[in-house]
Amino acid sequence: MPLFDRKDKSRYATFTRRTLMVSGGMTAVFGVIAGRLYQLQIREGSEFMTRAEANRVSQRLVAPLRGRILDRFGVELATNRRNYRVMIVAEQAAEGVDAAIDTIGKLIYLSDHQREKVKHDIAANKPFAPVPVAENLSWDEFARINLHLPYLPGVQPDVGETRAYPFNAQMSHILGYVASVSPEDIADDNDPLLELPGFRIGKRGIEKEFETQIRGKAGTSRVEVNAYGRVIRELGHDAGTPGADVYLTIDQQVQNFASQRLGDESAACVVMDAQSGDVLALVSTPGYDPNLFNAGITGTQWHALTGDDHKPLLNKAITGNYPPGSTFKTAMALAAVDNGMADFAVNCTGSMRLGDHTFYCDAWRIGGHGHVNLQRGIQVSCDIFFYEVARRLGIDKMVEAARAIGLGSSTGIELPGELGGLIPSRAWKLARFGVPWQQGETLINGIGQGYVLTTPVQLCMQAARIATGRAVVPRLVHEVGARLQPRPPPAPLPFSDKAFAMVREGMSMAVNQPGGTAYGWRITQPGLEMGGKTGTAQVRRISKEERATGVKGNSELPWNLREHALFIAFAPIESPRYVMSIVIEHGGARNEPQVQFARDIMLYVQQRDPLKLPNAYPVNAAQRPSFNPEARG
Amino acid sequence: MTTRSYAAAKRTLSSMDKLLDVNWGLVLLITLIACVGFAMQYSVAGGHFHPWAAPQMERFVFGVILLVVVALIDIRFWMNAAYPFYGVALLLLVATTIMGKVGGLGAQRWLELGPLQIQPSELMKISLVLALSRYLHGRAVEDVSHPLRLAIPLAMIGFPAVLVLMQPNLGTATILAADGASLLFLAGLSWWWILPTLGAGVAAVPIAWRFMHDYQKRRVLTFLNPASDALGAGWNISQAEIAVGSGGLAGKGFMRGTQSQLNFLPEKETDFIWTVLGEEFGFVGCIAVLLLFAAVIFYGVRIAMASRSQFGRLLAFGITLNFFFYIMINASMVMGLIPVVGIPMPLISYGGTAMLTVMFGFGLLMSVHVHRQVEIPRHSAGFL
Repeated sequence: MPLFDRKDKSRYATFTRRTLMVSGGMTAVFGVIAGRLYQLQIREGSEFMTRAEANRVSQRLVAPLRGRILDRFGVELATNRRNYRVMIVAEQAAEGVDAAIDTIGKLIYLSDHQREKVKHDIAANKPFAPVPVAENLSWDEFARINLHLPYLPGVQPDVGETRAYPFNAQMSHILGYVASVSPEDIADDNDPLLELPGFRIGKRGIEKEFETQIRGKAGTSRVEVNAYGRVIRELGHDAGTPGADVYLTIDQQVQNFASQRLGDESAACVVMDAQSGDVLALVSTPGYDPNLFNAGITGTQWHALTGDDHKPLLNKAITGNYPPGSTFKTAMALAAVDNGMADFAVNCTGSMRLGDHTFYCDAWRIGGHGHVNLQRGIQVSCDIFFYEVARRLGIDKMVEAARAIGLGSSTGIELPGELGGLIPSRAWKLARFGVPWQQGETLINGIGQGYVLTTPVQLCMQAARIATGRAVVPRLVHEVGARLQPRPPPAPLPFSDKAFAMVREGMSMAVNQPGGTAYGWRITQPGLEMGGKTGTAQVRRISKEERATGVKGNSELPWNLREHALFIAFAPIESPRYVMSIVIEHGGARNEPQVQFARDIMLYVQQRDPLKLPNAYPVNAAQRPSFNPEARG
Repeated sequence: MTTRSYAAAKRTLSSMDKLLDVNWGLVLLITLIACVGFAMQYSVAGGHFHPWAAPQMERFVFGVILLVVVALIDIRFWMNAAYPFYGVALLLLVATTIMGKVGGLGAQRWLELGPLQIQPSELMKISLVLALSRYLHGRAVEDVSHPLRLAIPLAMIGFPAVLVLMQPNLGTATILAADGASLLFLAGLSWWWILPTLGAGVAAVPIAWRFMHDYQKRRVLTFLNPASDALGAGWNISQAEIAVGSGGLAGKGFMRGTQSQLNFLPEKETDFIWTVLGEEFGFVGCIAVLLLFAAVIFYGVRIAMASRSQFGRLLAFGITLNFFFYIMINASMVMGLIPVVGIPMPLISYGGTAMLTVMFGFGLLMSVHVHRQVEIPRHSAGFL
């Protein structure tokens, strides 16, 4: 058999032929690969470039610094506090997370709950994500952590910002608070900031009312991230616009004094600049600590607040609806003077009959007030006089006067949720109950009982209007972000100067003349005397039998059945500068505690005299040379 | 002619002659491609030789030595060693199936032999080419298509291919089958076999689907519609395409590939290294490397055609085709042309066994080149 034969030749030919075929196939495949490269890199290259950039670059929102809220002298009422925190990065903790937490626990106090939470958070997050171990550390604690940092791999000290309310409950009803964003908040606000984890927005008070201005505009941080979301470096940073500072007309010192004076009572008190309506203090007690809501309120704390019968969450100064009681007589007296009753007088015997119903005066037990004219009617708060006035005025004129003095509708103070109170009229009664107005109701209305409802801030505005004769409205906000809030000069009121003078005289007599309802608690310092009008709002109906056997004193009744005690005041008597109103829920008592409080507050505010202090609105005073606080009314 | 051929077959070359005859141009080409690999390893490590570039360079140096040594060994030795090699590779493959180390994706691919970790499936690619070349060396064209004669090489291909498929490693199984089928084709397999088989293959696709593993099915489905699994398996494909595409014409520059540097790419130092090249050096870089590959293949084809023995021809072309299939499957899978199967890019991807297998293969190719004048009688292959 030969070593090589024809068969070898034929298979060599076959091999060569098929080699060319396979080579052709390989060339075709390379062509396809090159074509794919062309398609990806040349034809669709720019699109893929965009997608690679979108992978790489992540836009992160940066929360702007929230605007501060300050009082008229620049005292910070709501501010941003440095939040000293300790974070841990799991993957950098060389000796393990547990060891790191134990070491931290030797330096600062960590509760078992905190330790558990950290471990849970670490398990739930990526290993490079910083997880907070402890927040709101003191400087000492923070310094201790920093000192030991070389021995704490994976532990990062961090300084954040958080809202702080240094005056706690005292300012709670004015400021409100910030808290986590709820789904409802997102529904009517499309600011992307609300989606930021841990972002807080205003939920009540000024924080809510001026939320958009205080919040500021979001900044952005363009960061390069890797596939796991880890930030590699920052490419660009825009800090955003910090929120606007809000200057309130409040004087923190007056607010503080009034709060302390009201103490544990369920009460409200408003102190105003009589001329401008600038609110110096707006107190509702008890308050709550707004810092709780920022930190995240616990169930127990929340139930303690909602279960309290003194209603600490309610801002009684603007949402408390109280029958004004005898303070309402001042408005009736204004109408009486301008309706021909300037010289009108009655002989009070303690009771009067209308139809088959007997109306009593407070003085019925001692046989009445005797001869009572308008000023004396205010001084001794004679019901019989004002029944007579009401009967002669008629309900329509009474409604007109009450509305003119500012009752029955919201004052427009810059706080959310203000209630308007109620001045009942014929139309209202018909619509509400389907029965026409009764004359007896007119009489009851005339002394501020019945359906009439007012809020403390309305009562304070009423005092200001009586004190100045002009349509003063309460204002709480002076400027927002260096922009002055509009403050139109108060319009004149549809009452004569004589009417105002007579009512002020009556109110002065009520406080400063023997027999006046508030005489026992008058201000005796010369030049600082106040005028005022007491009021008592019944919360229960006194039956005929009880009247026969002797009306129970407030001290004999359970707290929640006692009468509300009210007082409105202005001072000084000549050219009044300060006005106030006070309501103590179920505070009716022989020693008129509301007048005592009012006297102390009125004395304090006059002696401090914040309107005369030169350094109001300090920051912007420097920016506006023409602004002169001395020139203000 | 027969006498001259016989004389040529008897002629022996000294080692020095052989060393001078080594195709150093091809070695240079291979080195160039390997250097592209080192650069990519260096880049994906963020500008460090550790942990990939340095070991890869060591292996390459070892690989070049291996190449030269293998090239100097007489081609007849390789022909005689073909079956034992195949036998050992098959045994290792069986051992891997029984006691292999479970690697990524639950596939049994690694076998630990003392300090050595080897992938018998890689060895099998070379061994199969060797064994088939030897078998087909002894067959005349008409014998190749004889049913009984054909059954033996089919078993030689099918047995390891099924074992590898069971690991499961679809990519390598495909390459084994493709290598084997190509050699049968080159040896002159009748079109009467080829065309009906192709037809049956197409018809068998639905049946094959039923026997595929879930992860394989998922890969296929994801390949057909990457958006269906945009965060799972489809994510890898999408990110790889973004990497290549975003390279554009000239690329983002060495070590400037955001997709690779920021870890958007999966297995970037091994199977997906091509996308790093695409991202950092763009269309120009990819085409350049593709041309280098084409040049190596051209050399391989030329060496095959220049060999005077059927064994040498089939061995050289088989090795070249094996190299080509690596490139084709890897480039296609990372650019979304075919489903992802675990096949590295030869010489560029990080990996010890693959590097040494490829270099061993080039050594055989070079041996064919050095011993191209050696004529081996058909019958010396024996019956098998």
